[in-house]
Amino acid sequence: MSPTRPMSKAAMSTGRWGRAALAGLIVAAALLPVMPGVPVFWVTLLNNMGLGALVAIGLVVLTGVGGLTSFGQAAFCGFGAFTTAVLTTRYGWSPWATLPVALAITGLAALVLGLLTVRLSGHYLPLGTIAWGLSLYFLFGELELFHRHDGITGIPPFNLAGWDLYDSRGIYYVIWISVLLAALATRNLLDSRTGRAIRALRGGALAAESFGVSTMRVKLIVFVYAALLAGVAGWLYAHMQRAVNQTPFGINAGIEYLLMAVLGGAGHVGGAILGAGLVTLLKDQLQRILPSLLGAKGNYETVVFGALLILLLQTAREGLWPRLAALSSGMSRGARRKVPSPLVGRDGVGGNPKLGREGFPPPLTPPHKGGGESRGDPAQRSKQIEPLPARTMPAAGEPLLVLTKARKTFGGLVAVNDVSFAVRAGEIVALIGPNGAGKSTIFNLVTGVLPPTAGEIAFKGERISGRSPQAIAARGIARTFQHVNVQPGMSVLENVALGAHLRGAKGAAASIARLDRAEEARLLDETARQIERMGLTAQMHRPAGSLSLGQLRILEIARALALDPVLLLLDEPAAGLRHFEKRELAATLAGLRAQGLTILLVEHDMSFVMGLADRIVVVDFGTRIAEGPPAQVRSDPAVIEAYLGGVA
Amino acid sequence: MDTTILLFLLQDGVTNGAIYALLALALVLVFAVTRVILVPQGEFVTCGALTLAMLDVGRVPGTVGLLLVLAGLALIAEAWSHRRRFTGKVAGRLVLSYVLPPLIVAALAWWLAPLRLGVLPQALLAIAIVAPMGPYLYRVAFQPLSEASVLVLLIAAVGAHFSLTGLCLLFFGPEGMRASPLLTSGFTAGPIPISGQSIAIYLAAVGLMAGLYLFFGRTLLGKALRATAVNRLGARLVGVRTALSGQLAFLIAAAMGALSGVLIAPVTTVFYDSGFLIGLKGFVAAIVGGLVSYPLAAGAAVFVGIVEALASFWASSFKEIIVFTIIIPVLLVRSLTATHTEDEE
Repeated sequence: MSPTRPMSKAAMSTGRWGRAALAGLIVAAALLPVMPGVPVFWVTLLNNMGLGALVAIGLVVLTGVGGLTSFGQAAFCGFGAFTTAVLTTRYGWSPWATLPVALAITGLAALVLGLLTVRLSGHYLPLGTIAWGLSLYFLFGELELFHRHDGITGIPPFNLAGWDLYDSRGIYYVIWISVLLAALATRNLLDSRTGRAIRALRGGALAAESFGVSTMRVKLIVFVYAALLAGVAGWLYAHMQRAVNQTPFGINAGIEYLLMAVLGGAGHVGGAILGAGLVTLLKDQLQRILPSLLGAKGNYETVVFGALLILLLQTAREGLWPRLAALSSGMSRGARRKVPSPLVGRDGVGGNPKLGREGFPPPLTPPHKGGGESRGDPAQRSKQIEPLPARTMPAAGEPLLVLTKARKTFGGLVAVNDVSFAVRAGEIVALIGPNGAGKSTIFNLVTGVLPPTAGEIAFKGERISGRSPQAIAARGIARTFQHVNVQPGMSVLENVALGAHLRGAKGAAASIARLDRAEEARLLDETARQIERMGLTAQMHRPAGSLSLGQLRILEIARALALDPVLLLLDEPAAGLRHFEKRELAATLAGLRAQGLTILLVEHDMSFVMGLADRIVVVDFGTRIAEGPPAQVRSDPAVIEAYLGGVA
Repeated sequence: MDTTILLFLLQDGVTNGAIYALLALALVLVFAVTRVILVPQGEFVTCGALTLAMLDVGRVPGTVGLLLVLAGLALIAEAWSHRRRFTGKVAGRLVLSYVLPPLIVAALAWWLAPLRLGVLPQALLAIAIVAPMGPYLYRVAFQPLSEASVLVLLIAAVGAHFSLTGLCLLFFGPEGMRASPLLTSGFTAGPIPISGQSIAIYLAAVGLMAGLYLFFGRTLLGKALRATAVNRLGARLVGVRTALSGQLAFLIAAAMGALSGVLIAPVTTVFYDSGFLIGLKGFVAAIVGGLVSYPLAAGAAVFVGIVEALASFWASSFKEIIVFTIIIPVLLVRSLTATHTEDEE
């Protein structure tokens, strides 16, 4: 590869090489078992890797992407395995026919257990999984239906066109086709409307909720999805071993699955397969070497596995996959920007101080190669794709948002003291006041992040106070945040597309089956339109974490616009912007007003506000002290006193 | 079932509950100070119990080897963190904190084990061998991660549990062991015989709780720990060394784990992996207390003990299932009363 070639060409050819390598790998994998001289033992090992990979892929979505975790995945394998074992041995079902039942039972169990824990803060879910993992493990060993500790034997093998797949070479294909399908399904899931919501779970949940994502629902989806993959692994296992007992479904197995995901790289589907491969190989080797080394029988591999897990968390939390990817692309592209893993999150060490939160989650799906290019070109774009329906804007001058004696107290502190004001359609109203005056609290009351203690907030004549942020967003109120709240690892396009979440309807199942493509194209088309409207087209495919603060504020406005709002709430949109950026922003906002949008903004920069706002509401100590056009407010003695301390 | 059996079961439950209470308190303490959910707490129980059992038969316990391994790893980790400025002073401090204590303890164990000094000195020796493993474990596994999220720390804790269980198997072997009781004399309260061991357990539990209360309320070190628990950054700003707080919390937790082990060793046969289940019952109690409340955790521990005792009478083979299922309604209640979904960390 010549170093003078443009970057994109180099990247494209890496992609081509990668695809060729992948195709080669698949062909080699398909031929491996039938090649002469390959010992059956190898094939068995590969089968175990495949089963591990299935569970680990689920953990990738759950832990690596969603930021939840489970030590109880092995128990879900147990559900899959025992369901098919009972149905085939007792009731003579065909192994293939039991899969839907196995999935239904596993999914139901996960749903119930998930419902119990998703509302709680992060560590209750894994703790809960340890407890029920043990509970279920003991239960599997006690149930008469499962023949107690002896387990169920004589499970029939898979039958394919009259052939019984007794041999591990036969079932090899069933297992690895399942792994491929799972990898594909996971990729599809993550690269979709639901996928964006899943990826927005860690850290930026507040932003996601403000755009109508129900984070609890998304957490449940992820948890059930991971459990279903484990259920498939269990179902396959039962027909591979043709006997099941409680042993492989304990907590230790659950911990090993997590090790696979962490070792490979908890944010990558490829990492799950890599991790499963390495752990399975290592386990096999250790089980052979350690007992003879130590001169005693026992599961000594746990010593190494536990130490490995801790060492990985301390030194390579992103796992091996990103390093491998960097190594392979490094040959043609040179050093790559280091992308810490999702597990790096919340420690702030690798995080961008500007963003003040998470480290960068890894780029899970390449930002829309292929079809993506046409989206960057507005002329080509709008011809092919029918735009999303837009809301009709209310007539200018109509009262849109009305606060009547809105009140919020935190214990003894009155943060918002019976504030009343109205915002009429088509105007820009600025909410100003000294620090701690209660401006952001008013925003939180309007957007439903906090319920008001008393008083009423109405939008288009309908009471919205007390409703959830999602319900309020659905009515056409979009917001930006005082402290920028974006997903730094997701591209600008994907971040803005999160704003359009409520304008799509396709769920997880549709995205897995790729039935969401038409809607997805329309969503992304709309997203690109809003990015263009805000002048960020050049940055569209870059990770949001690489943008300047000013650009991030613009991104937040684009994301809010993607909701197709009637009312835009901007929390200090000009903070941290340079002078000319502020001028541009003011011009953009005036342009939005001209298009019929209503804007309520909190701002400290007086020259910015005075030149832009139609009306200004001034609050101090939670109380409204003045309201009116800029000139009037500027000369109001109460305002002067609040800002300058009286005799000025 | 008549009253006698019920009372007997209750007494049994309270005895076990007292042990779980000790463990639950240690878990709450460690979580508050370091945000580590101490899954390997159970291994300290195993070590305490098996150490006492081996001392009881006059053998040098395998924990000595385990302690030396952990101290060695901690020494390496600490020396590595000072590799840029490795002065004589640093070396001296390393020897004082990471070389001398384990060597002294090991020497004591080698010297005293064959003498079979009697139950009480043996119990103290067992705790002395196991307790230092706590800070060394913290140094090796958790101190480098002290700024990480609860989730990462939890995964590391599970890793530590995995490793330590394997090491326990290595150092103790697969056979279960039992020790002779601390107090042999018992008495009968009405129809219920109360064994000396039960009395020892009650005394230890109550004494330790009172001791901890005084430690946290009256001593500067205890207050430093509480400060770390409330706000790590704030504690650091006023001069509390949070790494030291972490090691101290682990020292207390390991000592309490070892004590629990010493207390149960005469009652049940302990295997290399028994501690995990015992520790997890402490967990169920700690979770009832939301991992923050000491009194709630202690109360819940007694409840867990009683449920376990009743379950073992009515449905003995489903005992563990019932105990670990307690957590589900608890989580449900916590879930329904939770006011926020955001993670603070």
